[in-house]
Amino acid sequence: MLAVTAIALLCVRGLFVASMLTGIYSLLTTALFVLLDAVDVAFTEAAVGAGITTVLFLAMLSKVSARHNDSSTLNFQPLPFLVVILTGALLVYATRDMPEFGDPQAPANLHVAPKYIKDGKKETGVPNLVTAVLASYRGYDTLGEVTVIFTAGVGVLLLLGRKRRRTSGESGEE
Amino acid sequence: MKNNFIVREVANLFLPIIVLFGFYVQFHGDFGPGGGFQAGVIVAVGIILYALVHGLKKTRQLIPDVFIRFLMAMGLLLFAATGLASLFLGAEFLNYSVLGSDQLTGQHIGIILIELGVGITVAAVMVAIFYAFVGRDAK
Amino acid sequence: MSWFSHYNYWIVIFLMMIGLYIVICRDNLARKVIGLNVFQTSVFVLFISIGAVRGATAPILAEGFTEYANPLPHVLILTAIVVGVATTSLALALIVRINEAYGTIDENQIQAKDGDG
Repeated sequence: MLAVTAIALLCVRGLFVASMLTGIYSLLTTALFVLLDAVDVAFTEAAVGAGITTVLFLAMLSKVSARHNDSSTLNFQPLPFLVVILTGALLVYATRDMPEFGDPQAPANLHVAPKYIKDGKKETGVPNLVTAVLASYRGYDTLGEVTVIFTAGVGVLLLLGRKRRRTSGESGEE
Repeated sequence: MKNNFIVREVANLFLPIIVLFGFYVQFHGDFGPGGGFQAGVIVAVGIILYALVHGLKKTRQLIPDVFIRFLMAMGLLLFAATGLASLFLGAEFLNYSVLGSDQLTGQHIGIILIELGVGITVAAVMVAIFYAFVGRDAK
Repeated sequence: MSWFSHYNYWIVIFLMMIGLYIVICRDNLARKVIGLNVFQTSVFVLFISIGAVRGATAPILAEGFTEYANPLPHVLILTAIVVGVATTSLALALIVRINEAYGTIDENQIQAKDGDG
């Protein structure tokens, strides 16, 4: 179903429809995350992907006037398609070395995760392991992520928050 | 949308619930799914809903731009200050065990402060981005 | 090891390639951002599916469960999603500015206008 929505994203014409489809796509991703036991991630994806991103896309579309909507060419282009197929085939070949889906003995599940699961409650007193790892064990990472978000916010304010408007001739060099 | 009675009333009904849910997610993140990132986004969605229904101008009067920018920086500073506090109390940067009387209380205080910082920054940045996009041609 | 046990990777690769194709082939900048989002989501799914353990439950400690999914990828993706929306908004802000400067968000038209001087 996710794949079908992605193909629809590839093919739809209007940008408005495409924005709405991104919302549906995020919601389907959320369902997938719940199935894969990642409730925290699903929660975030539902709030962020289906909520904020769609609103932002719509806000952007209201600024970019509707007459450009259908200018994008949707015809089939053989050369990029060939490149994409080749890359995909290469990646599928590479998955032969990857561990099986859901394998408890996969390398990713053997290194630090058992320690988090075993000692997390004892060392932090927090039953939700995702919160424990996020805030305590990987505090540096989270500090970095928050800084990135802050920087992005500052960047948007710098790009859009100015009071005066320039004519198109002056800002062409930027 | 401003003049539609049903939309306005339903939004008014939902707004406190959304913001309350945001705070629940913020402070209950230790036990159930949730935490600062989700809570920030949910609170921001509540404010954005208010802005969509009642107009951006009214929202900006309630929550001015300066305040939002202040919160953006404050959340990040709260996070970093928690780390520095543990540094000055004799542990490593962001090791909260020394913040409380014993290790578990310390960790708990540290995690709540960090999540609060994350939540404040995320909510403020999302609202600031929304203001910037929607307020663009309203000048 | 059967071939079918890797189907999660195939889904990821399929989504990834759709995202890549959108980024390469669409001239409209907004569509390129959508393609990047699809690509990004495929990476999220990859990480989460690596962290999934058969027969496990969500990583919130409770009585009666001993098997939990790997919490580490969840943490990484949790932050990545929020950072993703921040960068997406930055990209959209750039698109709005480009539209103001050039009057279009089509890549070819922008290059044509640049060529004119």
